[in-house]
Amino acid sequence: MTDQVDTAWEPSEVQRERDEWRRRRTIRSAAIASGSTVLLIGVVGGLVVSSPGWERVQETYFDWDKAVSSFPAVLEGLWLNIRVMALCAVLIVALSLTIAVMRTIRGPVAFPLRLVGTAYVDVFRGLPLLLVIFLLGFGGPALSLSGLPTSALFWGCAALVLSYSAYVAEVFRAGIESVHPSQRLAGRSLGLTYGQTLRHVVLPQAWRRVIPPLMNDLVSLQKDSGLIAVLGVVDAIRAAQIETAIDFNYTPYVVAGVLFCCLTIPMARLTDRYARKKGYHGAGGHL
Amino acid sequence: MNSELLRLHGVRKSFGDHVVLREVDLTIEPGECVVLIGASGSGKSTLLRCVNLLEVVDDGVISFEGRDITDPRVDGDEVRSRMGMVFQAYNLFPHLDVIGNVTLALRLVHGVGAEEARSRGTAMLERVGLAAKAEARPDDLSGGQQQRVAIARALVANPRLMLLDEVTSALDPELVGEVLDLLTELKAEGVTMLLNTHEMGFARDVADEVCFLHDGRIHERGRPEQVIGDPQEDRTRAFLSRIRAS
Repeated sequence: MTDQVDTAWEPSEVQRERDEWRRRRTIRSAAIASGSTVLLIGVVGGLVVSSPGWERVQETYFDWDKAVSSFPAVLEGLWLNIRVMALCAVLIVALSLTIAVMRTIRGPVAFPLRLVGTAYVDVFRGLPLLLVIFLLGFGGPALSLSGLPTSALFWGCAALVLSYSAYVAEVFRAGIESVHPSQRLAGRSLGLTYGQTLRHVVLPQAWRRVIPPLMNDLVSLQKDSGLIAVLGVVDAIRAAQIETAIDFNYTPYVVAGVLFCCLTIPMARLTDRYARKKGYHGAGGHL
Repeated sequence: MNSELLRLHGVRKSFGDHVVLREVDLTIEPGECVVLIGASGSGKSTLLRCVNLLEVVDDGVISFEGRDITDPRVDGDEVRSRMGMVFQAYNLFPHLDVIGNVTLALRLVHGVGAEEARSRGTAMLERVGLAAKAEARPDDLSGGQQQRVAIARALVANPRLMLLDEVTSALDPELVGEVLDLLTELKAEGVTMLLNTHEMGFARDVADEVCFLHDGRIHERGRPEQVIGDPQEDRTRAFLSRIRAS
């Protein structure tokens, strides 16, 4: 760029007045925004606290001592949720990407691949997750397949992976198909193979578009990882339930809820920041 | 003095450290056609976008119909509703058919009823010779047809000023003519236009004034036969000879 040295530009009188007006405007907007936020929280909080049953609710759901005493058990349960989620997320991405690619390959030769992919998605998206967990959790070990563990945890995770992969595969497929066909043509014209075009041209572009919906599924998975508790595994919710059963004080559920939020909220902000830093179009929500 | 429709005074715009417009002065009278010429990156498009309030100027005043529209208290949507803008890449809405594109702002911005919007839209499409394509999707039209639809879309609400940003640059050579012919007719009908283009023949025939921009400044301005036919500045001459060589 042929940017000459700028002859020391000073804003004009008009511009200074405009800048000043914009500055005052910004301050006013910020004041109104924070004021109304505080007011809203105050009103809602006041309504709840002043309600006639508040004391009983507080005792049953927000008992500090109970929260402290149940915290270790719930936290230990949560650690299981985290491990299940992390492991399943990796497997889900691998399986769903495979399914999505299978479904997008063209040509008559690939028909069986497309058929398998479509049938898989149809079946596992149609079945309720809880049903899959029951089927695999109790039916899987009963098969007594040699080489496969019979633990409830293993089969519970398998159910999660199978079910979620069907959803995530559709997200990936939508992303892959949203990449303009001219991108494929450009890749192939350079001599890249079908696979190379997919790997180096199409998927990187698809990936950036599907980050927000993928994030959605990840958060959802984190909570649904608790469903394997029906097989007898002790996760955060199950641990809270056990604690609750001692004295019918429901504070442990609130503890579990807060812990779940503590996991998801930072994760959401981190993905937003990652997406914005990469300059992805349409990605990265603003607070 | 106050007959001018648009007046730019000392307009400055930068993106980060890169100053795109410096001290730009310009006036347009009603019915005039002012053509900006200059190399890519000389600030022509930015100037149009500043007039349309799509960019906020760093300094200077843009007056439209006698009012300072660069004042932050001015409602930009209201100002833009009285200008028409046409883009290089047409920017038609692909999810709407042609008549839908042309009537969208009439219905949403100007409060025209569906029936009247349709008849005005159809009349405007007839004006640009595309009445038969009213139900077509933009993707099914040629580039020249799309650009004529975009002009119809900008023109249908009777804007006081048309801003045309390199409207023929994305077109195949054989389609350029149909768009330029339309613009020539509009000029004859008294439509006020501020446009930038690389079509020197068109500028010479239609413009009332030609401004040569270089590095964010207007280096030379005047009647087209003077600026294009007999440029006084070395930079203008260099630019024109590069254009002609290509």
